[in-house]
Amino acid sequence: MHVLVCGGTGCKASQSHEIVENLKSALVENGLQDEVQVITTGCFGFCEKGPIVKMMPDNTFYTQVKPEDARTIVEEHIIKGRKVTNLLYTDPETNEHVSDSKHMGFYKKQVRIALRNCGFIDPENIEEFISRDGYAALGKCLTELKPEDVIQEIKLSGLRGRGGGGFPTGLKWEIASKNHADQKYVVCNADEGDPGAFMDRSIMEGDPHTIVEAMAICGYAIGATKGLVYIRAEYPLAIERLQIAIKQAREYGLLGTNILGSGFDFDIELRYGAGAFVCGEETALIHSMEGKRGEPTFKPPFPAVSGYLGKPTNVNNVETFANIPVIINRGADWFNKIGTEKSKGTKVFALAGQINNVGLIEVPMGITLREVIYEIGGGIKDGKEFKAVQTGGPSGGCLTTKHLDTPIDYDNLIAAGSMMGSGGMVVMDETSCMVSIAKFYLEFTCEESCGKCSPCRIGNKRLCEMLTKISKGNGTMEDLYELRNLAAVIKDTALCGLGQTSPNPVLSTLDNFWDEYVEHVVDKKCRAGVCKSLMRYEIDQSKCVGCTACARNCPVNAIKGEKKMPHTIDTEVCIKCGACIERCKFGAISIK
Amino acid sequence: MTKVKSLADLKAMREKFQSNLDVREKGDIQDEIVQVKVAMATCGIASGAKQLMEYMMEKAEALKIRAVFTQTDCMGHCQLEPTIEVKVPGRDPLVFGHVDNKKADEIFEKYIVNNEMVEGVIPVNREVIDK
Ligand SMILES: Cc1cc2nc3c(=O)[nH]c(=O)nc-3n(C[C@H](O)[C@H](O)[C@H](O)COP(=O)(O)O)c2cc1C
Repeated sequence: MHVLVCGGTGCKASQSHEIVENLKSALVENGLQDEVQVITTGCFGFCEKGPIVKMMPDNTFYTQVKPEDARTIVEEHIIKGRKVTNLLYTDPETNEHVSDSKHMGFYKKQVRIALRNCGFIDPENIEEFISRDGYAALGKCLTELKPEDVIQEIKLSGLRGRGGGGFPTGLKWEIASKNHADQKYVVCNADEGDPGAFMDRSIMEGDPHTIVEAMAICGYAIGATKGLVYIRAEYPLAIERLQIAIKQAREYGLLGTNILGSGFDFDIELRYGAGAFVCGEETALIHSMEGKRGEPTFKPPFPAVSGYLGKPTNVNNVETFANIPVIINRGADWFNKIGTEKSKGTKVFALAGQINNVGLIEVPMGITLREVIYEIGGGIKDGKEFKAVQTGGPSGGCLTTKHLDTPIDYDNLIAAGSMMGSGGMVVMDETSCMVSIAKFYLEFTCEESCGKCSPCRIGNKRLCEMLTKISKGNGTMEDLYELRNLAAVIKDTALCGLGQTSPNPVLSTLDNFWDEYVEHVVDKKCRAGVCKSLMRYEIDQSKCVGCTACARNCPVNAIKGEKKMPHTIDTEVCIKCGACIERCKFGAISIK
Repeated sequence: MTKVKSLADLKAMREKFQSNLDVREKGDIQDEIVQVKVAMATCGIASGAKQLMEYMMEKAEALKIRAVFTQTDCMGHCQLEPTIEVKVPGRDPLVFGHVDNKKADEIFEKYIVNNEMVEGVIPVNREVIDK
């Protein structure tokens, strides 16, 4: 029997390490340490209900396990064969316990390719990886396929870059292979700068050997012998697991010289980033690796022609790489049957926001937002109304109810005014203000703009100022038109992808929530009650008994009135902190 | 540690390590293979369920039947222990009582392999396979 315990960053933070220790000691006490193995795996994806413990082979899925539950699991489940009912997942609709994860709504619609080993193997054990066909794809390439065959297979698979742009991977490899040089490089982009996205981190934490294997395959295909992983220093666990994987691969002779006796040499080094969003852009990333400022440069030349140290360099995203071994092993024809006409395979999304099942999911391209939000995500928290979903992070936009049945793929998302991006999906309910959401992303862009080109440096700043003005209730209709004009200019003139896409959150909310903007500037109202300046606190004169509790607790003395007489709030002075509402026992104070 | 020097080495290594993961992989494809649940509460263990489970695992291996064995709670037939539940893909689950090694041979060779009925089936009056 095997007990799998999630050791991803999320579950580690909620003491999964202690769970492992307690399980092991309870097993020893019962003399079962040889019969039952406890394995720390990567992320299961169901982070909402972590830490997760999964029992194999009966597939029982325990959620929100605490260190003190470890003993119960051993004594009840392992020794007596009884499921520990209070740790089972409860289906929110039927209110029934579900013990097998395959029957949970969260997993039913998922197809796991990039995440195939996450939550299944011990990421620090190369032997487990090998027994899951690990390095078999590299072996096949080195012994049976010529580099051009490998490229052909990737081209046929229809795989497109998962880092955001969606550029066809096979074509990119072909371009790099045709540029001759004494040295070429394979770079894995593990910068993952999108706020809210954590799929690349989870892959590296849960299945690091896949990245090592895929980079070696890419090296063989394009004729490179050196690989570099650009990873942000804020990912210590991913860094540690990658380092272990690289070390093990070298020890086993799967990295280094003359791999599998084929004469092919390849090795990988890690390069650390300091966590700047713009350094995820490939030219900026390369400069950062060279020790220069992390600023982008104009393309062309593309990295495939002149990249790291001026040599041909192929840059791919972590998730893109994670698909490669599967495509080689199972064939392009298997892969390209999954997905839509122009977007093949699956995509990993990080579900976040006002949704019941927060977590990491992998779904076939072409699935609808409705399926993702309601079937996998379990619907909106607290039974509230769905309002919008933000995809693509700071470069993407907000989609609404009218997009719920649109099949998700690269092209449909762009047509809907958003984009795939790296796969962040933030779900919002009626309590989210769209002006504030646009402002949030613009503030992020202003913070992260490298400042090299003026459209991005100055233009985004002006966009942000206008949004602030609107949220403060000082906006005019002219401002709304000006927002659109300026956004268009920035899109057209910015140097790199950061600036070219940064107005998207503004444009898509203008398109989809125009009425809400108009309310802010004309009626001076924020329907979600988020923009503080547009809120007015009022005391209902018929309900107020004059107990003075509110006046005594107001930090700025904005409430006046005689004892035992109805009070009033001076809105000019009020800072809308809400202290009065909390104190009022008579429900007399409300926000208008 | 041995280096992997060729594709043949890699394949040999995979074979060698694969049995380590067998328990997990079987769990993943449970519904596609034979599932055997052995009742292992006090009554079951007292009548030899543990030894029986080991015997059946060897039997399955000898017959090259891909099967997943799990232990379960008391099925409520304490007078008929050891009891096992057998679910072959595409057939309804059956519960057998008083299973000893000889009966196990019969269940495996006749019922699982040839879909022949064997004696000892306990009529079920409750849902046995967990949802
Ligand atoms: C502002 C900006 C940030 C980016 N951040 C990332 C990132 O964090 N990770 C990533 O893989 N690609 C990122 N990209 C895309 C990369 O420039 C590049 O297209 C990608 O790494 C190529 O890999 P792919 O074809 O496998 O997607 C970013 C692009 C821009 C413009």
